[in-house]
Amino acid sequence: MKKLREKMSLPIRKMVHTILGILVVFIVIQILSVTGVLSSSLENLMPELCFYAIIAVGLNLCVGFLGELSIGHAAFMSIGAFTSAAFTNAAADAIPSVGLRFFIGLILGTVMAGLFGFLIGIPVLRLKGDYLAIVTLAFGEIIKGILNVLFIGKDKDGIHIALINSNQESLDPETGKMIVDGAKGIIGTPHATTFTNGVILLILTLVVVTFLVNSRTGRAIQAIRDNRIAAESVGINVTKYKLIGFSISAAIAGVAGVMYAHYVSSLTASKFDFNMSILILVFVVLGGLGSFRGSIIAAVILTLLPEVLRGLSSYRMLIYAVLLIAMMLFNWAPGAIDFRSRLKERFKRRKEERP
Amino acid sequence: MSFLSFLISGISLGSIYAIMALGYTMVYGIAKMLNFAHGDVIMIGSFVVYYAVTGAGIPAPAAVLISVVVCTFLGIAIEKVAYKPLRRAASLAVLITAIGVSYLLQNLALLFFGADPKIFPNVITLPALNLFGGQLVIAGTTVMSIVANILIMIFLMLFIKKTKQGQAMLAVSEDKDAAMLCGINVNGTISLTFAIGSGLAAIAGVLLCSQYNQLTPYTGSLPGIKAFTAAVFGGIGSIPGAFFGGLLLGVIEILSSAYISSQLANAIVFAVLIIVLLVKPSGLFGRPMREKV
Repeated sequence: MKKLREKMSLPIRKMVHTILGILVVFIVIQILSVTGVLSSSLENLMPELCFYAIIAVGLNLCVGFLGELSIGHAAFMSIGAFTSAAFTNAAADAIPSVGLRFFIGLILGTVMAGLFGFLIGIPVLRLKGDYLAIVTLAFGEIIKGILNVLFIGKDKDGIHIALINSNQESLDPETGKMIVDGAKGIIGTPHATTFTNGVILLILTLVVVTFLVNSRTGRAIQAIRDNRIAAESVGINVTKYKLIGFSISAAIAGVAGVMYAHYVSSLTASKFDFNMSILILVFVVLGGLGSFRGSIIAAVILTLLPEVLRGLSSYRMLIYAVLLIAMMLFNWAPGAIDFRSRLKERFKRRKEERP
Repeated sequence: MSFLSFLISGISLGSIYAIMALGYTMVYGIAKMLNFAHGDVIMIGSFVVYYAVTGAGIPAPAAVLISVVVCTFLGIAIEKVAYKPLRRAASLAVLITAIGVSYLLQNLALLFFGADPKIFPNVITLPALNLFGGQLVIAGTTVMSIVANILIMIFLMLFIKKTKQGQAMLAVSEDKDAAMLCGINVNGTISLTFAIGSGLAAIAGVLLCSQYNQLTPYTGSLPGIKAFTAAVFGGIGSIPGAFFGGLLLGVIEILSSAYISSQLANAIVFAVLIIVLLVKPSGLFGRPMREKV
């Protein structure tokens, strides 16, 4: 056991601790819900904690390690959500098992979101800084706009897809069924997301990103973040590694989207707006850029907080905004950094004076 | 004739975008940051006019003036509290903070003014123009937007070319440290830029709300992003760029919502932004930025 511990590098050890922590929380919550201590509204919230934690980890990969701010991450979530929900609804007759449909939907949604991340990444990652951020937002709005006018119907002849105008009339009246109904979105998706599969997916995500970040690829990604020109000059293919990081981040957002789609009773594109993207960004910034554990903890606390403190719910967004500004000023302002290091110095000196 | 009337309403909307784009482009030129909260300053300004006119019964021109003053101070305050401490920090940090400020303003408005849409009062009482024997009617708001846009543009160009303060702005946007060595008050100049941009935001807000007749805490955010698109389109940092970028964007938006789909109009506008950024990142009038190691 001790040997094993020595073999593990520090980030991997940290990951193992985080996973153990998640498992302990999971078991405690299971015991609480079996004994009936946990209120049902809190119990219903548990899957939500998982998918917000997952997408926060995914966005942290993009912002914290790749160093590129994406403020359109909700769009990748929506792609995962719509792909998987459309599949689970369309294949309802072909595959009766909800679990199997959810599993295939999960794979489809994740791959689709990753694919979109890749395709969008090709043009977007050529840009830098503020331009990149605004373009991710633009893509988010475009995807939201298109999903709002997308109509997919199904009848005995197969699948019918239409844009802008509903094709409901052209469907066979007896066997026809709308799967994606424009701005009304998708309804009737089975509630397949549970706390258990949420925790499994969260742990899986954590393992994937931790191993990615600590691999050769991950070090290349961080080198690009720290100094793009220097990284390029030592032979790192900047575009390739940026694309890898961005696509994986998008795919993880897709996982969260799949879980979301199988958690809510009606799925609409308008839910995945700018506010959603900002909410996820708040989790990432509050938990600390570059800390996956922090992202998970921040997502859990900030999702639970308004539920636990009911009176707080109208101030929720306001508190997020203030937290976001305060955290940025405290962590990044040169003045604040100076102040903190001086404070640390003073503590150190005091300790030395009193041995 | 319908094409002509679409074109004119596009120019009118574009004029509003242009005035908003000025705020983005000036701040970006000097502080090298995307002031995400600009759209929300516009929203706050509109609420000031709304409450001044409907609540306190102040005549419209005075209400607009009050709104300009409030927005000017709001802009300066935002810069001092949130952006100034981060001036030498990474651009990622500044951008996230700006998003935070935008979010804060929206939620403050939500808390104080409520989420229900307010009917914006008739502030602009210009009579409508009847052309071609009544075949083409141009609303007073439209005329006002276009005239205001042209006047503001001329005023700003003169201000930058002819006054000492304007020249100081140019110097600071070129090189902050060198400008400081020349005895220019860099902090003051940046504050002045924010003040002018935010003051213009108040005017843009009145025009925007007069056009749509509606006001919610989210009124400013999407037009704000579109105005930034316009600024990028024209070339960030360039005042004529903001003018033409705004007009083009407004025309594209109105024409695509008229001839393609009103629901897809936003998507088309953003697609234009992406294409412009990829093909000509420095915009129509911008200077290409060189990267130094």
